[in-house]
Amino acid sequence: MNKLAWFYFPARLAWRQLIFDRSKLVAAICGVLFACVLVFMQLGFKDSLYASAASAPVKLNGDLFLMHKQSEAMWRPIQFKRSELMRVLGNPAVAEAYPLYLGLAPFKNIQTQVKRTLMVYGFDPDSQIFNVDEIKSKQIDLRLKDTVLFDEYSRPEFGPVRQLLEADQNVTEINDYKVNIVGLFRMGVSFAADGNVITSDLNFMRIFPRRNHGDIDMGVIKLYPGASAKQVEAELKSQLNEFINIFTYEELLKYEKDYWANTAPIGFIFGFGTVMGWVVGLVIVYQILFTDIANHRNEFATLKAMGYEHSYFIRLVFASAFFLAVLGFIPGYLLSVGLYHLAESQMYMPMPMLLSKIITVFMFILSMCVMAGLLAIRKLKDANPADMF
Amino acid sequence: MSTVIDVEHLDFSFGSGVLTQPVLKDITLSIQKGEIVLITGPSGSGKTTFLTIIGGLRQAFHGSVRVLDQQFINSSEPVKVKVRQQIGYIFQQHNLLKSLTALQNVSMTLEMGNTLTEQQRRDRSAEILIAVGLGDRLDYKPGQLSGGQLQRVSIARALVGQPKIILADEPTASLDKQSGYEAVSLLKRLAKESQTTILLVTHDYRILDIADRVVELEDGVIKKI
Ligand SMILES: Nc1ncnc2c1ncn2[C@@H]1O[C@H](COP(=O)(O)OP(=O)(O)O)[C@@H](O)[C@H]1O
Ligand SMILES: [Mg+2]
Repeated sequence: MNKLAWFYFPARLAWRQLIFDRSKLVAAICGVLFACVLVFMQLGFKDSLYASAASAPVKLNGDLFLMHKQSEAMWRPIQFKRSELMRVLGNPAVAEAYPLYLGLAPFKNIQTQVKRTLMVYGFDPDSQIFNVDEIKSKQIDLRLKDTVLFDEYSRPEFGPVRQLLEADQNVTEINDYKVNIVGLFRMGVSFAADGNVITSDLNFMRIFPRRNHGDIDMGVIKLYPGASAKQVEAELKSQLNEFINIFTYEELLKYEKDYWANTAPIGFIFGFGTVMGWVVGLVIVYQILFTDIANHRNEFATLKAMGYEHSYFIRLVFASAFFLAVLGFIPGYLLSVGLYHLAESQMYMPMPMLLSKIITVFMFILSMCVMAGLLAIRKLKDANPADMF
Repeated sequence: MSTVIDVEHLDFSFGSGVLTQPVLKDITLSIQKGEIVLITGPSGSGKTTFLTIIGGLRQAFHGSVRVLDQQFINSSEPVKVKVRQQIGYIFQQHNLLKSLTALQNVSMTLEMGNTLTEQQRRDRSAEILIAVGLGDRLDYKPGQLSGGQLQRVSIARALVGQPKIILADEPTASLDKQSGYEAVSLLKRLAKESQTTILLVTHDYRILDIADRVVELEDGVIKKI
């Protein structure tokens, strides 16, 4: 009972004082809610960005990957010689090695004729380097001249391609070159490309007439079953030209994510936004706790005169901070769930509300409120019981 | 009879150096258990200052102030907090917590000790509120009560912990004649029942007759006992 009372009594008084002034409580909750939504959105966009940045490499089916050292990310590759890739075949653990060609090109919306840039992937249709069923099943069609597959998760600005295909309208232009859309697949957009198209290596050269087979953007290597990717990676590293980067699958994902997190200022921007949300919320909660203590100065001084210890009021302030954190977090969370759905449906960005994110944001908001409490307890010194008479 | 408050040669000044303003000069006064003592005197004579020293709310450095057998001169905060818990305070303003009901306000005194259950606290608080005539106002908040009722709640709050001493500073100042006199008579009746000592500051001459003894303070000096 005594341990419980130690926190229960000041917390109960804090609660009663909080709910007494409803309008002030609403203002306080709005402050926390604001910070909460801001942090949720910043983290949501950031994670979504990283997730979508890796949406293409995630679908690649390979054990090791080659890229030019100067390629900062897949969306802006530097070409290297196909012969460089073929050298890896000399390693006994390597089963297959295939080139991947990448290029950004304008795609004409079939309905509106408006052109918009998307990413074009060129690969050998027999190679199975994409782990996407729709691509594997269209292997035959992709071998034909001027055929492409369109990513259904591309932004809607490219037109309602599924409906158009059902209406047999499947001819459009990529890079001013006429192509037939022979099917759909699902991959997902990234911040670099609003849409994706997959085609054969031969068709890729037709769409990009200045590209040639000998200069490739990426190499996808498959090993024999049982071979250690790490070990082969180390062996190849010493054999390959020094301007070639070699990655395992996980390293490639990390390389892509790190590009957005570090090289591009985007990671910083979102981090900054998160911190700003924290600071703004801190200031609001601090203001509220501070004026609350000032308003209750006489009451606290009276309680002190009656024999309440100073630490009772410190517990009371932290209890208030905790209640504000919880009361602001709940509506903030619900609003964020709605906004996440909105972002997913309107902006086609993957925004999952993960438990880990919920916990992270709550800890964030709690730390914010506790910090505000720490700053505000100085004000308690003003409650001097001798002034009460 | 036991001495509850024993003050000897108490000197007290505000400020320091050339700005030193002596407020209490060589005060000697002792009060017995169950006594009701009124302190009167003109404004600025040091009555409130004296009361805050007795209540352990202000630190004095010269002379001797023994309250409930604790020496307050140069004492530590925990010593004073302990004594404060055995004192009931009634202020000029009621100083009730405006977010709490009358019952909850009175219970605040009992929550400190934390020896009772929630139900016991409620019962005791209700009992004393009924005794001060507010049995039908238990769940009213201060905003819904009149001045006289508020002062009666604060009397109940001071008494509910069964304190050994009640300190009151002009408890009738914010009340009209009628309710002021009623409040003080009530205080006297309840205090006499439980042998509680009362030290009450006032310059309301209409209530002097409740006292066992009247002490007059002028310019920090006791005029007559
Ligand atoms: N906190 C304080 N700081 C400085 N001087 C004070 C303070 N409180 C009271 N005084 C001075 O001490 C003197 C006595 O004040 P007080 O004890 O309040 O008198 P009373 O209650 O009899 O009216 C007055 O001259 C007053 O100005
Ligand atoms: Mg006074």
